[in-house]
Amino acid sequence: MSDAAHAHDDHSHGHPSGIMRWLTTTNHKDIGTMYLWFALIMLFSAGTMALLIRAELFQPGLQLTNPDFFNQLTTMHGLIMIFGAIMPAFSGFANWQVPLMIGAPDMAFPRMNNWAFWLLPVAALMLMSSFLLPGGAVAGGWTMYPPLFIQGGISYDLTILAVHIMGLSSIMGSINIVTTILNMRAPGLTLMKMPLFVWTWLITAYLLIATMPVLAGAVTMLLTDRNFGTHFFNAAGGGDPVMFQHIFWFFGHPEVYILILPAFGIVSQIIPTFARKPLFGYASMVYATASIAILSFTVWAHHMFAVGMPAAAQLFFMFSTMLIAVPTGVKVFNWVATMWKGSLTFETPMLFAIAFVCLFTIGGFSGLVLAVAPVDIQLQDTYYVVAHFHYVLVSGALFAIFAGIYYWLPKWTGHMYSETLGRWHFWLSVIGMNIVFFPMHFLGLAGMPRRIPDYALQFTEFNQIATVGAFIFGFSQLVFLVLVLKTIKGGAKAADRVWEGAEGLEWTLPSPAPYHTFETAPVVK
Amino acid sequence: MGDAMKSMWQRAGMVGAALAASQPALAEYAYNLQTPASGVAQDVFDLHNLIMLVCLGIFVVVFGAMFYSLLKHRKSLGHKAAHFHENTTVEIIWTVIPFVILVGMAYPAAKVVIDMKDTSNPDMTIKITGYQWKWGYDYLNDDISFYSNLSTPREQINGTAAKGEHYLLEVDEPMVVPVGKRVRLLITANDVIHSWWLPALGVKQDGIPGFIRDSWLKADKIGTYRGQCAELCGKDHGFMPIVVEVVSEEDYRAWVVKKKGATQAAVADNAKSFEIADLVARGEKVYQANCAACHQASGMGMPGVFPAINGSKVATGPIAEHINVVLNGRPGTAMAAFAGQLSDADIAAVVTYQRNAWDNKMGDLAQPAEIAAARGGAASEAGAPAAQ
Repeated sequence: MSDAAHAHDDHSHGHPSGIMRWLTTTNHKDIGTMYLWFALIMLFSAGTMALLIRAELFQPGLQLTNPDFFNQLTTMHGLIMIFGAIMPAFSGFANWQVPLMIGAPDMAFPRMNNWAFWLLPVAALMLMSSFLLPGGAVAGGWTMYPPLFIQGGISYDLTILAVHIMGLSSIMGSINIVTTILNMRAPGLTLMKMPLFVWTWLITAYLLIATMPVLAGAVTMLLTDRNFGTHFFNAAGGGDPVMFQHIFWFFGHPEVYILILPAFGIVSQIIPTFARKPLFGYASMVYATASIAILSFTVWAHHMFAVGMPAAAQLFFMFSTMLIAVPTGVKVFNWVATMWKGSLTFETPMLFAIAFVCLFTIGGFSGLVLAVAPVDIQLQDTYYVVAHFHYVLVSGALFAIFAGIYYWLPKWTGHMYSETLGRWHFWLSVIGMNIVFFPMHFLGLAGMPRRIPDYALQFTEFNQIATVGAFIFGFSQLVFLVLVLKTIKGGAKAADRVWEGAEGLEWTLPSPAPYHTFETAPVVK
Repeated sequence: MGDAMKSMWQRAGMVGAALAASQPALAEYAYNLQTPASGVAQDVFDLHNLIMLVCLGIFVVVFGAMFYSLLKHRKSLGHKAAHFHENTTVEIIWTVIPFVILVGMAYPAAKVVIDMKDTSNPDMTIKITGYQWKWGYDYLNDDISFYSNLSTPREQINGTAAKGEHYLLEVDEPMVVPVGKRVRLLITANDVIHSWWLPALGVKQDGIPGFIRDSWLKADKIGTYRGQCAELCGKDHGFMPIVVEVVSEEDYRAWVVKKKGATQAAVADNAKSFEIADLVARGEKVYQANCAACHQASGMGMPGVFPAINGSKVATGPIAEHINVVLNGRPGTAMAAFAGQLSDADIAAVVTYQRNAWDNKMGDLAQPAEIAAARGGAASEAGAPAAQ
């Protein structure tokens, strides 16, 4: 991964070196690496904001922030974690792994790939720099609901533009992934033989292509309402503020599956490897993923039960939301059945994958509780919801990302990571994560609204526990950073087939994977 | 050695005693929804317990199997991997069983949804309006209107005074309803979306500016119930609590009479003419309740977000324009139109205060009659919300 390693590479002759190499690269591995580093930087930035939020909430009263800055922190934490950390991390995995797993030499559109990545730092810079503008960064929540979002200053326009750019990047990335998967598979690798990670990304890419333009439409209407006198969301001009929410969540709900389906894919690669047993119910996994994706377009208004809608609409969205539990359940059962009667070992990727299955399911259960409309109306916009989506996004998406990094890092760098550090990172993360987010269920049930900088005295104890957990979880990510840097610099030489039970084309390649791979397509039987 | 062991046990005993002594404090940890005080809240409470039980059961079965596997099917114990990887019967079973469980959960849930949505046959109706950052209550049957502001002093929030028992969950004017009566709530908002939430009575309904949504409540027990705004509505979203006093029918009637007397006194003020000193004194109170959250007690505002009033062009310019801004707000910004919120006397007072406070030494004043005249002109054109 270092520059020096590639300078010796015969195939990169004539290529610029230094910064220009990274700016102009069209190599899927370089671009994958950049996505992953970008995601890590964003993870630490938005994580710092989370720690500031938790520090303010350590006790009642206002200590460190004022309410306006607090709202900026929660808003930016959400936007950056979703669009800057989790989504780009999965794009990084797709760039690195999809060509390696389907036996393709590179992505279908290498130049577009470069552009899709380099749009992201631009958008991130625009978002982050808004902290320095008069009035500070956006403070209207990552969901950008009008009319509140209409009230803000210049940074709100900048945020809309940044969201547009990030959406553009996602759409280009997705078109690239779909084209690569459909057209560049090795001979013999039929769709129903593809690794599950490739399947989940194929479906995710379709979700992105379908929903990102919807988000773009919604924020464009915000932009024109703000600047050009339109009244899409202004009742006084014949508009409706609730229309924004319908459009936003029509994007927003598939978006949550965009954030979790690739995680399902990664975990479905890892569990069979360390159980030394093929994935149970491969076909049903594919169908379950597709069902989840399709159902995700029919449940959006469960984010809006408290907005008020006819009883029939509430019942429809309640039933459709509950239905998603069926394919999700199938996935969990399949993972458990894959482990059943396997020959299990517990290297760090497997530890994170097991934690994923267990903790993601807790997030799934709280999702089921929230699906039930009358209960949701009590819990909507409380810390219960905060607990729910952090269980699915931290112990779900983020843990799967960690699992995937540990799983493929030896293939990418050619070095084994330190299993000791990996275990430290795992146990600190899993314990810290639960200390932060489990008490939030109780806070929500007891009646603490989300997005408040100060709270009534009866919420103090659980908030203090959560803050302690947040600092444990936050600082334990430094262990991960150290581990990754150490692995890149050196370490035990990784075998080609890094894991005893690993199956798939990527393990037929040398470790580290050469700069160019599969120039001649392998044949899959 | 023996002594060391002994002292260790003693110390452990002391820690144990300390833990036992702190039991009453531990009792404050709440693990479930608030104690229900209405039929709907009770239904929701029961529904939640039911779902939690089902989830717990599934969790124990599925993860019991997983952890059994993690313990027994280890390579380190010499377990050899089996090679099965599909079984159609099993897969059909674990698709159908969850589906059946879900239907079992959906049925009681649907009954509660339909009950919550039925707002027919109310005994009385209250219109609730969310403002940045307070609640307005209009009793449509009894012709009472008032605003409800956070009453926790700033000093408690900033940590310069000890926090009271109901810190952040206390208001100057609570909403009052009679016990056992079916109250229809018409919920809306004036500026941005708010959400009126009273957990113990099981009501949460967003207020959407320009639209009216309805909900209902029927309190079973006399008492004071506290909630908060549940939809992010800007800077002071965390500082607009909801307090509802549920009282007996007689107490409610007495409250209505008292409230009407206060309203008449306020109307009478609109016909009076005041001295500048009286207006400034009254205006300072109005300013603290309505303006200081954004423009700050110092009149300096917050740079880039909320403009200063101290030294501003509006407060040191022609008084007619100043009155116009207060009455009609600045569309497209957080500056609300106060025409519908404050009486003529209060607007006259706050305008006078702003023109004479801090470094603003205009020396002029506005009388309630001037405000009434200004209302007649610009206010109706600008589409200000109807005055109560």
